[in-house]
Amino acid sequence: MEHIVIIGNGISGITAARHIRKLSDKKITVISAESDYFFSRTALMYVYMGHMKFEHTQPYENWFWKKNGIVLRKGFVKTIETKTKTLHFAEGDTLHYDKLVIATGSKSNKFGWKGQDLKGVQGLYSKQDLEQLEIYAPNNTTCNRAVIVGGGLIGIELAEMLTTRNIPVTFLVREDSFWNIVLPKGESEMLNRHIKNHHIDLRLSSNLREITSDENGHAKSIIIEETGEEIPCDFVGLTAGVSPNIDIVKQSDIETDKGVLVNCFLETNIKDVYAIGDCAQQRQTIGNRKPIEAIWYTGRMMGEVVAQTICGHKMAYNPGHWFNSAKFFDIEYQTYGWVFPKPMKGHRHFHWKHEDDTKCITIEYDIINNTFLGINTFGIRMKHETFDKWLNEKRNLNYVIAHLSEANFDPELFQHFEKNIQLTYKKQLQTV
Amino acid sequence: MSNKLNYSMSLAKPDAQSLSVTQKVAVGVGVTGLFILILALLNTDFPNQGWFLILALGLISVGALIFSNSIYLNTSKGIKNDGVWFKSISSRGILGWAIGIVLTLFYIVLYFYPSVLGLAKDGASNTGLIALFDPLSYLLSGRPASQWFVYGTLYTVAILIFGYKFMLKYRHNRYEQIRTGSVMFFQLGFAFLIPEFMYRLNSKIPYYDLKSIWPLNYYNFERYRIDQFIDAGNIGLALLIFSIISIFIITPILTYKYGKRWYCSWVCGCGALAETVGDPFRQLSDKRKSAWKIERWLIHSVLVFVIVMTTAVIYSYLGKDTSKYWLTRDVFLVLVAGFLTLIFALTIIFKRKELGKDARYGAIGFFAVILGLIGLHYFSTDTKLFFLKSETLRTSYGFLIGSIFSGVIGTGFYPIFGSRVWCRFGCPMAAILGFQQRMLSKFRITTNGGQCISCGNCSTYCEMGIDVRAYAQKGENIVRSSCVGCGICSAVCPRGVLKLENGSLEGRINPNEILLGNDVNLMNLVNKN
Repeated sequence: MEHIVIIGNGISGITAARHIRKLSDKKITVISAESDYFFSRTALMYVYMGHMKFEHTQPYENWFWKKNGIVLRKGFVKTIETKTKTLHFAEGDTLHYDKLVIATGSKSNKFGWKGQDLKGVQGLYSKQDLEQLEIYAPNNTTCNRAVIVGGGLIGIELAEMLTTRNIPVTFLVREDSFWNIVLPKGESEMLNRHIKNHHIDLRLSSNLREITSDENGHAKSIIIEETGEEIPCDFVGLTAGVSPNIDIVKQSDIETDKGVLVNCFLETNIKDVYAIGDCAQQRQTIGNRKPIEAIWYTGRMMGEVVAQTICGHKMAYNPGHWFNSAKFFDIEYQTYGWVFPKPMKGHRHFHWKHEDDTKCITIEYDIINNTFLGINTFGIRMKHETFDKWLNEKRNLNYVIAHLSEANFDPELFQHFEKNIQLTYKKQLQTV
Repeated sequence: MSNKLNYSMSLAKPDAQSLSVTQKVAVGVGVTGLFILILALLNTDFPNQGWFLILALGLISVGALIFSNSIYLNTSKGIKNDGVWFKSISSRGILGWAIGIVLTLFYIVLYFYPSVLGLAKDGASNTGLIALFDPLSYLLSGRPASQWFVYGTLYTVAILIFGYKFMLKYRHNRYEQIRTGSVMFFQLGFAFLIPEFMYRLNSKIPYYDLKSIWPLNYYNFERYRIDQFIDAGNIGLALLIFSIISIFIITPILTYKYGKRWYCSWVCGCGALAETVGDPFRQLSDKRKSAWKIERWLIHSVLVFVIVMTTAVIYSYLGKDTSKYWLTRDVFLVLVAGFLTLIFALTIIFKRKELGKDARYGAIGFFAVILGLIGLHYFSTDTKLFFLKSETLRTSYGFLIGSIFSGVIGTGFYPIFGSRVWCRFGCPMAAILGFQQRMLSKFRITTNGGQCISCGNCSTYCEMGIDVRAYAQKGENIVRSSCVGCGICSAVCPRGVLKLENGSLEGRINPNEILLGNDVNLMNLVNKN
């Protein structure tokens, strides 16, 4: 029986395992050094915040794996020997595979800052990171102040987490407005205000110069590059993005760049070795997508696809329209299609913001033929299916604005804003 | 506290969320009110009992309102579940257990030893806690209080103040606010005030909470109630007819249109308590598949039991002679058996495929009832049903299900098993509504394409123990008989994935192997099966 070995039990690896099982009777082994069972990485924040226990982040009960013939193996793979198709574990033993799927995920970026390896300095990605966080920032007596470096999704989540334990947070953001490398101005600025409303000391256009140490090798303060200001703190969160976690792959014959290089079938340069999820880097980019997509959804989709290929139905990774979501403190964010921080050439933005400063939408459209290209929605839930359909049908902006209520996914009895949005749209047309 | 990944070695409470001055004052006010009730329980003889009752309930309410305001109004609108699993009360800590035990003991006293609360014996006047409530009872219905009046009053007050707290907690969510307003209204009006006023208008009418429908009020068709309804004249008869219409017409129509939520989380008194007072405990429900299995066996067994028992009770007082009244024992048995057979046949004919293996269990339940009815016919005499006195059957149901299950375990164990133990494992009304919700209703919870991140908030906060995530991460609608439509899964979802909806019956149940967002060809290939 063919033995499929998957390194990594995150969403990519587990999705692949589940779908291979659905399609075949192959022997499946999933290896992880991080946790005994699959858990939802994106839910780690809720464990620290006390919304859930760690067990709640595990989407399948523990009996599920045995029942479905998926062998879970806890261990750390040290080297991959592709010639003999053998994995060598740090624990000393080996495992033979017939096909290998690398799904090792990401690790937090560290850009060579002085003091980046001190105690109390860490990213937030793994279960171990969460355990470290409980040691260095369990409450506001152990941690009088925390500094977060890097204004992205993980940074703002970490800020929210620390706030729930009443730990004062200073948030260093390199850009002049929060996440404006992704979000248009109106949205980004609304989030700046929302962050400040949650009593976060938000420092825009601020880079980290260094982290200073106390006599025990513990972080003592940080110094801001631009101003030279020193901020005393007990915890430093490094959340300036993630990059593929591929140290073990780099020493093998498998070709890597930033990530493990794969073709459109998610195959590496070595036969029978595949890479999926955060750690995979596409040799050829797909549409507007980046070659490395460290996103939950893309990890899952790659798992779905690679399972088909492994089970004899060779299939290219060809994702549909872009979508994503996040939550910034109390504001939910969804996006469908492409909205760029500044409209692409030949495109324009339509922006609407509610007066309560927690809801807004931005639509990117083509100036010439008015085609709808994508939407960002904050504080209003919208339907994935509807926008997927409209993008397929290449609907124009007028149509989308007129039919916006069909896309509404807010709970029943909620206030609707479509009329308000339509009114704003009309007014803008008149002034343009 | 004990659920964090690492235990703090610090002597100080690591999660100290110390009380503000306002909160301390609020606790002081509320506990003072509670203390008056305890003094009354200890047989303190208050002068002006009416004023002391107002003072006690007033202080408790004001304390709770101030406390709620200070927790929620100073923070932003949004989900307020911070520290739920760290707090002793909401994570089965010492406080949780202590409250569970106190509540359980209270229910035991209430059901079985009301004299401890001061209920009068043999025409004497009430003492203790019950006496404190006499003035209010006289005001409303003109009669002295009973333990049930005291319980009803406290129950209503609890729903009102915790309902207020819940509305503040979810002040960004209009569905939750309006729904809570509804349960508060039905509790105050239908369960508490109207029955008392009805008594005042016509003291012959039996206590009748208009929103309580058989089989939840399993006693509704007992002989003494039927006699009371009939003795009360036209209005009594109207109520009797209403109670039958509620079962066979109102309930099926509303459940078809809105799912069982129209009752369980918008109207029902048990639901009202669970959704308000029980809200801090909703996350304690068991989500394991094994619990789901127990749930299905238990709740349907109770349903079978209540159907056979009610049939037996009605059977016991019907006549045998067709010349006196058309509805004789045998006609009645045939009617019941015929009705059940009709429902069973329709379900098997139209829903066989959907049911799969479960059809077998349904058949077992059906035949158990039919065997029960046949047994009733052959093994009953005028005084005995199945060789048992009908009285014994009735009282044992009342004891086991009515008292122990719905009261002592159902509410007393809130802080241990979560807030909907009774509704999930025991309520025969929920079983019937759930059956219809699963088979014939427009209600479902839809999921939003591929947006689920499997975080688990929905499952964790489902009071009915439904593993919502298991469906959401497959992009599958949630169509479960136990879902009471409280809407919390949708509220706590950080990615806007879940929505409670009433829609068309077509495509209501839709498992997807590949979620929206992936290759269209792949989705078509895999999902078409």
